[in-house]
Amino acid sequence: MTSHTRRRFLKVTLAGALWGLLMALPRMAAAAWPAAAFRHKTVPGALKELLGNANLTTATDEVRLTVTDLAENGAVVPVTIESRLANVDSIIIFVDKNPSALVARFNLAPNVRPFIKTNIKMAETSHVIAVAKAGDKLYSTKKKVKVVLNGCGG
Amino acid sequence: MADTIKIRATLEGEITTVKAQIIHIMETGLFKNRTTGELIPAHYIQEVTCAHNGKVVLSAEWGIAVSKNPYIAFSFSGGKKGDAITLSWLDNQGGQDSIETTVN
Repeated sequence: MTSHTRRRFLKVTLAGALWGLLMALPRMAAAAWPAAAFRHKTVPGALKELLGNANLTTATDEVRLTVTDLAENGAVVPVTIESRLANVDSIIIFVDKNPSALVARFNLAPNVRPFIKTNIKMAETSHVIAVAKAGDKLYSTKKKVKVVLNGCGG
Repeated sequence: MADTIKIRATLEGEITTVKAQIIHIMETGLFKNRTTGELIPAHYIQEVTCAHNGKVVLSAEWGIAVSKNPYIAFSFSGGKKGDAITLSWLDNQGGQDSIETTVN
């Protein structure tokens, strides 16, 4: 191998390695997003996939879910979730009859109050389930929402 | 960029409240194009991150059921007027944006 071809070999190898690394980056970022949990059709299935645990403690007083009883348009259903519990590290929202039950998870730093307000889509009349995770305990509350217009398509 | 995000961070007493709206189609991938009959590909935000002075306070994982032009509000303690708040999002097609504001 002449020094010329060696240099060329190095160049190609390094470029290849760099390319591989660049291609891997978005995949590494996407790996954090829990794709399998979002594919589940049921709340227990999605919870088990997401946390390895689906033991919900009903806690209507400790987790407060504010959502309308009747949603004219399932495409925009405002929800507010608040909790009195200490050390809530994440708030998870489910709609049990949506094509995928898991709607969103919000991970909170210790100085973040257990409070989230957002808008969600609902495919049909079903329950909205709010889960507050504190350590390895899951506290939940749910509310039935009647949906007039499907907000998910399909 | 940052054309897609409207954000406001306000301090009241000890609590800083962040309110943000992102302009995004949030396409589920379940709707059909009415003329061609083909499914419109899913296009939705999967990750949202909000930091206070460079430290992540909120990170969110979203699926297709967060509404179009997503709105989010949350609050935290330890903020002061003039502190930096950044918010960024990433969607399933590699689209992204971020914005920086200060606590008012």
